[in-house]
Amino acid sequence: MSVNTKTDNQFVGKSVPRKEGRKKVTGQALYVDDLAFPGMLHGATVRSTIARGRIKNILFEGEIPWDEFTIVTATDIPGENYVALILNDQPYLAGELINHPQEPIVLLAHPDKYLLQEALRNVRIETEEWPAIFSLEDSLARKQIVWGDDNVFKSFLVDKGNVDDVWALADHIVEAEYHTGAQEQLYIENNGVIAIANPDQGVMVWGSMQCPYYVHKALVKLFALPEDKIRVIQTETGGGFGGKEEYPSLIAGHAGLLAWKSGRPVKIIYDRAEDMVATTKRHPSSTRHKTAVTKDGKLLAMEIIFVIDGGAYCTLSPVVLSRGTIHAAGPYSCPNVRIRSQAVATNVPPHGAFRGFGAPQSIFALERQMDKVAHAVGLTPEEFRRRNFVREGQTTATSQVIREKVEMEALLDRALDLTDYHAKKERFAADNPAARVKKGIGFASFMHGAGFTGSGEVYLASVVGAEATAEGRVKILAASTEIGQGTNTIFAQIAADALGLDHQLFEVTQPDTANVPNSGPTVASRTCMVVGKLVESAVLGLKQALIASGYLKEGYTRSEFQRACYEYIKAHGPLKSYSKYQPPPNVFWDDQKYQGDAYGTYAWAVYVAEVTVDMLTYEAHVQDFVAVQEVGKVINPVLAAGQIEGGVAQGIGFTLFENVVWANGRMANNQMTNYIIPTPADIPPIRVYFEENPYSYGPAGAKGIGELPMDGAAPAILSAIENATGVSISHVPLMPESLMEELGVA
Amino acid sequence: MSETPGKIHLHCIVNEEPRTLQAFPMERLLDVLREKLQLTGSKEGCGEGECGACAVFINGRIVNSCLVPMAQVEGASIKTIEGVAGADQLHAVQQAFIEYGGAQCGICTPGMVMAAVDLLERNPNPTESDIRTGLAGNLCRCTGYTKIFDSIVRACSKQVDA
Repeated sequence: MSVNTKTDNQFVGKSVPRKEGRKKVTGQALYVDDLAFPGMLHGATVRSTIARGRIKNILFEGEIPWDEFTIVTATDIPGENYVALILNDQPYLAGELINHPQEPIVLLAHPDKYLLQEALRNVRIETEEWPAIFSLEDSLARKQIVWGDDNVFKSFLVDKGNVDDVWALADHIVEAEYHTGAQEQLYIENNGVIAIANPDQGVMVWGSMQCPYYVHKALVKLFALPEDKIRVIQTETGGGFGGKEEYPSLIAGHAGLLAWKSGRPVKIIYDRAEDMVATTKRHPSSTRHKTAVTKDGKLLAMEIIFVIDGGAYCTLSPVVLSRGTIHAAGPYSCPNVRIRSQAVATNVPPHGAFRGFGAPQSIFALERQMDKVAHAVGLTPEEFRRRNFVREGQTTATSQVIREKVEMEALLDRALDLTDYHAKKERFAADNPAARVKKGIGFASFMHGAGFTGSGEVYLASVVGAEATAEGRVKILAASTEIGQGTNTIFAQIAADALGLDHQLFEVTQPDTANVPNSGPTVASRTCMVVGKLVESAVLGLKQALIASGYLKEGYTRSEFQRACYEYIKAHGPLKSYSKYQPPPNVFWDDQKYQGDAYGTYAWAVYVAEVTVDMLTYEAHVQDFVAVQEVGKVINPVLAAGQIEGGVAQGIGFTLFENVVWANGRMANNQMTNYIIPTPADIPPIRVYFEENPYSYGPAGAKGIGELPMDGAAPAILSAIENATGVSISHVPLMPESLMEELGVA
Repeated sequence: MSETPGKIHLHCIVNEEPRTLQAFPMERLLDVLREKLQLTGSKEGCGEGECGACAVFINGRIVNSCLVPMAQVEGASIKTIEGVAGADQLHAVQQAFIEYGGAQCGICTPGMVMAAVDLLERNPNPTESDIRTGLAGNLCRCTGYTKIFDSIVRACSKQVDA
């Protein structure tokens, strides 16, 4: 691989319209619930009402024609009763033990979906209830051991330098604790799948999902079938944000089991209430910081204890913990850093992937702590950051040497200029004392690593294919899913510029495990940077094949390319090219010590929020938001800005709106009526600015972008609220009731 | 059509086409549109009138079809997202959503487009505040709404140009 120095981009850097846009604006795009098969049954799930205990009996009661129903329990499972992921501890259906509310126990299918709902209410699970725990504090205190020997799914230790030697030398030591709550992904399309399954054909699944090959891997184990007997097809997907990373493996298995037993196609579509109460959410977190600084504001030591609540089963918690851990010390240079982290078990439904994947939690704590330390030293938040930003040649918490140009100070300057930060601070300070509605401005500075952590991409060994047709069109074969973020469009742009052809000649094939190679999951800000790079090299492989075989010469036109494809295929048959992931050179990662190059590169950002706080109602509103970031080369400015705006809006929701209310481990407000996400009336102008510093190993110089915007809003908004009110708040979500208490009014 | 006990006969117009339907009186218009008429463009996001993904016009007024029982649509003229574009041209709002990033995952888009069309029919030159209020019954989780607002502003200027 080499540095991409091309400057003749035709499509990269342009706002090419979304490929599937026309289908979406006309209502023609087909999501899974828009599909129906002849003879199809509807499926539904009977779930546990208790948080922990033992199943004694399952009773089918009422005036229900039970002989018309397909009924599946754990004993019907042909293969392994676990969702294959990391530790394989989550059952598809609880057989004997219940570990959380809403745990699936019985599956029902029937042609009439109204009767099915009636039947659901007439299945009674007799249980023996055991004591349960619902908070990470109770889990850490081992009030009950609910998982393994000690409730701990995973621990990490990052140790750089020696923090223990530093405390005595420090001019200031600042200690504080921070908390973040659960957050629902709230994609507007609920989870859903359709399955056809029988011993002859194997299992076919259509569904709303981010990671077809995760589902594939899980179904191979569930049905004990060879890989080629499982086929997974992604239908148009109405948002994911992580919420369709691992959960589709479970619901796909459920539909598959019902289809296997009934011999008929089975569709399971969750309604909103079921989706919210039963599926994954962002991990709640608790972070303790102890920071040592000199009197002139240089960081000496950071000791961080980061704990996340994983819920009842391990699922993805170890990797969420990993990302949260690595991001916990942020874009600062500090010689001594110790981060201890744990993912612990509770009896709530498993928490899972959600945009940012642990980093928004640990960055929230870090940025609030940095404001607190600045205050202790007597510096402004911005001056304290300037004295500690990591620079080229310096190292991160994992001792990764930053080898690229990093200009956090320039990002900070630009963000503060764009918001008129200094003038506003002065004005607010003058006006606030007499005002009922107080104003404030604050910021957060952060970075986000793109791609899988450490050796993750090497283990994934992703593959992308490209196939030319006789008409000279090119199909891109990748398992990366379009979930709204623009995969279809940016892959075509990258491929078009790699070959010097019109982007309309390129089309991304619908992800179908029978037709596309495993290019890894659609997660971790990796689709553009990692998979996009493979797209670039796969299509270049087509060109090389055409040139090597004499059908094409450099400097070709579109019609010469099309002619060459036609002649090649006529003479030799299909023209395909595959490209497999190769790590950039000089990347080293030690999985034992958690030291080294945690990510190939990072996106860097400074976000500024301006708020008003009404001292009568205790409502805080974000009035203006500026997001300045460096994400390498921007492939499609409209789509990229759309990613940032959407992530910021989710971050505003995380901070001020979205409050999961728990009642004995069950989400009590599992409706859009009382779990509130920001509406069009709630979102301020979100002003997005990109600095471009091309990354040598990304396609056309691009880095990852998807998760970054989730990280900055919460700390920036709370910093602004502190500026408005003088009160430093250490938790999100911050509801008006809670703000009232924090302000000492209650 | 076989008679099912409890169902009623209804006459209405859907996307300018007269229809005779059999439905239970309390069956949701959304389900009838999607399952009987295969008009799957209207989406169910919440089933309780919060998200607006199922928005349709009934006699020119925008409603959430998940909250409309079939008994209420006798004689009504219904327009769904499938009836918004002209025979060979998209509505200015649809075209603007494609060009200016108004649609991401697309699941809220049919309802958003309906709300935007409704707004511009009532108010061809909305202010930013009018746009926010006009769309306040529709939720989007992808865009942060900014590009939706941009798209609507662009659609207005297109309409003026035309």
